[in-house]
Amino acid sequence: MHALALLAACVTVVGAIMVITRRVAVHAVLYLVVTLLALATVLVMLGASFAAMLEVIIYAGAIMVLFVFVIMMLNLGQPDSAREKEWLHPRAWLGPGVLATIACAELLYCLNPLSGPAPAPAPITAHDVGLGLFGRYVLMVELVSYLLLAGLISAFHIGRNRVGGR
Amino acid sequence: MPAFSFNDTLLLATVLFSVGLAGVLVRRDLVFMLMSLDIMLNAAALVFVGAGARWHDATGQVMFVLILALAAVETAVGLAIIVCLHARGRPTLDADTGNLLRG
Repeated sequence: MHALALLAACVTVVGAIMVITRRVAVHAVLYLVVTLLALATVLVMLGASFAAMLEVIIYAGAIMVLFVFVIMMLNLGQPDSAREKEWLHPRAWLGPGVLATIACAELLYCLNPLSGPAPAPAPITAHDVGLGLFGRYVLMVELVSYLLLAGLISAFHIGRNRVGGR
Repeated sequence: MPAFSFNDTLLLATVLFSVGLAGVLVRRDLVFMLMSLDIMLNAAALVFVGAGARWHDATGQVMFVLILALAAVETAVGLAIIVCLHARGRPTLDADTGNLLRG
């Protein structure tokens, strides 16, 4: 196993373990972002750069923003002054910072075509994925659109009850 | 030779899935349970992508896209339920306190 692959796998697993052991929800979200970025690195090493881009944009971008917004709305945990003190403490950001630095440095190292490892033979591009997605699996795309619509309607319904006041 | 063999991918996915499953089982906070579910979905998607790379088929990444949409829907609905429970005046997000389907 390649050393970089081993490093990415270790960052992924350590980040996942950190996610489920944190007490503060925002710290867990930070570790989850690190885990997803390291997993995107793993996907790049598997020759699936399109999937890695989707992982970064949708998972680490959109879904994590959703988590952060909800945690901001919930406002759980300690009172404000103690919480801000804890945010400024190095203990709060040192772990995610180190892991994110490792993941970022590895990503940059792999992006360099001269010093990086040899790419996987004939990686699957977005062209192939698009042909498969809208060719053989177009019915599943329709089903996923129904799923997204159902999720949208149910989220709207639950939120509407809350705003309306019962 | 690619950096990851298929066996290594399966091993990593297994460990990730186990960690996510342990998170769902151990943690009682609903937010942490949702995050653990996301980890488990990522492990499943990693298996699809690894198999697609092993047999050089684009179907693995097609399944990855579909799992991504599924995870987005699951997260949105779950977070909406969490916000709804919190707005009803529930003092904690313990999953064990929400065992009655009262409206």
